[in-house]
Amino acid sequence: MHWWLPPAASTFAGPIDGLFLAILIITGIALVIVEVGLVTFVVRYRARPGRKAFYTHGSTRAEVIWTAIPAVTMVALGLVSNHYWVLIKDRKSVPPNAYHIGVHAKQFEWQITYPGPDGKLGTSDDFTVRNQLHVPVNQPIAVELSSEDVIHSFFVPQFRLKQDAVPGMHIIVWFQATKTGEYELGCAELCGMGHYKMRSRVFVHTPEEFAAWMKQQAAGGTE
Amino acid sequence: MTSVAHARPGEGGGAHDAHHAPMSFWRKYIFSTDHKIIGIQFLFVSLFFLLVGGLLAMQIRWQLGFPGKPMPGGGLLPETMIVNGVILPEYYVQLVSMHGTFMVFFAIMPLLVGVYANFLIPLKIGAHDMAFPRINMASFWLALLAGLIMFSSFFVPNGPIRSGWTNYAPLAARPDLSGVTVGQMLWCVSIVVLGLSSVLGSLNYITTVINHRAPGMTWFRMPLSVWALFITAILGVLALPVLQGAAIMLLFDNVLGTHFFDPVAGGQALLWQHLFWFFGHPEVYILILPAMGMVSDIIANGSRKPIFGYHSMVFAIIGIAFLGWLVWGHHMFMSGMNPTLGSTFMVSTLLIAVPSAIKVFNWLGTMWRGNLRFHVPMLNAVGFVSMFTIGGLSGIFMAATPVDIPLHDTQFIVAHIHYVLFGGSLFALFAAMTYWYPKMFGRVMNEPLGKLHFWLTFIFYNMTFFPMHIIGMGGQMRRIYDPTIYDFLKPQQPLNVFISLSAFALFAVQILFAINFLWSLKFGKKAPRNPWDDNGLEWSLPNPAPHGNWERTPNVYRGPYEFSSPEAGSADFLPQNLKLPSDRDPVPATLPAGH
Repeated sequence: MHWWLPPAASTFAGPIDGLFLAILIITGIALVIVEVGLVTFVVRYRARPGRKAFYTHGSTRAEVIWTAIPAVTMVALGLVSNHYWVLIKDRKSVPPNAYHIGVHAKQFEWQITYPGPDGKLGTSDDFTVRNQLHVPVNQPIAVELSSEDVIHSFFVPQFRLKQDAVPGMHIIVWFQATKTGEYELGCAELCGMGHYKMRSRVFVHTPEEFAAWMKQQAAGGTE
Repeated sequence: MTSVAHARPGEGGGAHDAHHAPMSFWRKYIFSTDHKIIGIQFLFVSLFFLLVGGLLAMQIRWQLGFPGKPMPGGGLLPETMIVNGVILPEYYVQLVSMHGTFMVFFAIMPLLVGVYANFLIPLKIGAHDMAFPRINMASFWLALLAGLIMFSSFFVPNGPIRSGWTNYAPLAARPDLSGVTVGQMLWCVSIVVLGLSSVLGSLNYITTVINHRAPGMTWFRMPLSVWALFITAILGVLALPVLQGAAIMLLFDNVLGTHFFDPVAGGQALLWQHLFWFFGHPEVYILILPAMGMVSDIIANGSRKPIFGYHSMVFAIIGIAFLGWLVWGHHMFMSGMNPTLGSTFMVSTLLIAVPSAIKVFNWLGTMWRGNLRFHVPMLNAVGFVSMFTIGGLSGIFMAATPVDIPLHDTQFIVAHIHYVLFGGSLFALFAAMTYWYPKMFGRVMNEPLGKLHFWLTFIFYNMTFFPMHIIGMGGQMRRIYDPTIYDFLKPQQPLNVFISLSAFALFAVQILFAINFLWSLKFGKKAPRNPWDDNGLEWSLPNPAPHGNWERTPNVYRGPYEFSSPEAGSADFLPQNLKLPSDRDPVPATLPAGH
């Protein structure tokens, strides 16, 4: 049992997990203030015979304080979040040296197209593998997402990456894996009765392993 | 209908006298135009649908806790849903779709708006009835019709929808991809009928509040419940038609072969999401604002203090409602919508934390230095504040777009929405149902049983929904039939079992509420005229109040929260219509109701 976000395996995990922790601390403080306040008032001001409530309609100073503090906090949080959001999802942020892989989603499988030995998608040496995503470690990967039928969502929890695949749209999303090993790619958007089993294995290889796998697949996969 | 020249109701006039003539059971309780009876009709119908939604939830939790194991009682369901007691994947998807649909459209929304906008608005503003009583009756019957149409989709070939309560296209637009035919059409038709019901109701509430306030009931003397219901009605009248339009387009895609949402023939998949959430986010506030309003009334009463920062509370309601129109894109951060739009929607979404915080701190301020009476409505109202706070704060995680990436469409969002809609709205409804029960039925609900129900619900509720945050952080996607398929989710399965067992207990303790509610109808203690020592106009009437409410329209001399006022003498409350020697009679400024 893991009581936190899944173990991190991409460069996005650092900022996202850090931001998660920051929000947890901010909201934690707010939560403690409110709940401790509630419990204190419930105990301290419970009705007793002969007591009368303090007659007041409020305080402008208090209103200003508890309007301004959340407002400033939220704007600051928005600015910090936006910095990382642009870094992760903005279309211009995909690194120019990224290795492009095509991911085509359909009910209920992932068709993953590799650029083959020439390293370019859309050429004759491309090959497609079902439900197996292989990527080299420490190398920016650009996933070119498309969908055959309905909306699916590309989700690898350890990479902190999620992006819907929408029919009629061509969406590019990138990531850089930091740890070799085996992971899982799941569908995060309800896509029909087989939604739950729309699963692919994800392998993060060392560059040598990846080159060897590519060579072997290209040999077996092309006509 | 709204001529000032009309005689004031209760001061003679043939039409009004007819109200007091003995009426047959059918006229009085079934085809009633009395806003209070219509409210009670809504109450029974939506409690039934709340039960339906709850039963669907229990099946969802069985499957998630014990995937592949035969469900007790599963043999009662047909083989298209359950084989050898095991829930089928297609039925599971239908369960989650219909649980959301029933809870949002046919349980929480009518419980808050159908019941309490109807019941409370005229009573609290001193009107004799709604502005348009017959349109009000039509609104109820259309809602019931819509509910029955939706319910009937369980009995048609291929069953109800399989695309979630959100009905994302093209899945919902293509029978060949969803496997649903008639069920999808019934969903669309039901939503169109329900939307009509909501729009008629909302127009009625808006008109009534604007035109039929008693003399002296100025805007800023209105109880916060009425403010919230009024603003909610404005949201309803603007939001529901958008959903109706979208549902008609979806129906055409399914039946007539149009392709509004199907890119194969030039449609736009994301168009549905924009339309749905342009309705859907204001809808979220339709589901929480009335709860906030009623809780404000109850907390002031329980604290024996004026509400802290009344004007801030009113402006916070308006602020939330306004911002509610600018945040729909936060449901679409992962949808492939231009990421720059994501930035915009993040800022507007984070800003909603501000009016929400104002509300929470003002409730705390109201309780500060009060003289707190913990009657059952107050317990549930305090439960609302503590749980809504968690639901509000957990929303900030998903509002921050980078953090939304791992959390979007996981159980974390399921936890969040249930902290708002169950911990928030439903606790507020338990408070409201108990609080205004004497006004509806002339009796008081059993107090010890009510307290037991509150504490057990509070405990099992948190045991059910809090761990969902954890499994959502762990990555468990929403709406998946069997989480144990994924290796990374397998270690979390014991927590899923824990959640399921807690959910069964949570469901079981609701039987206490049902027993209390039904038993008290007949055997509850007879309610005194003002059982909670409240200031609201409704408590100056007998319990239950007669058709037409007042013999004479009451005059209003002050705001609704003058608890513990020095002017009140030895009592700690000061009713809105009580004339003190220093008070001058107000000038009638609004129109008489019901004619």
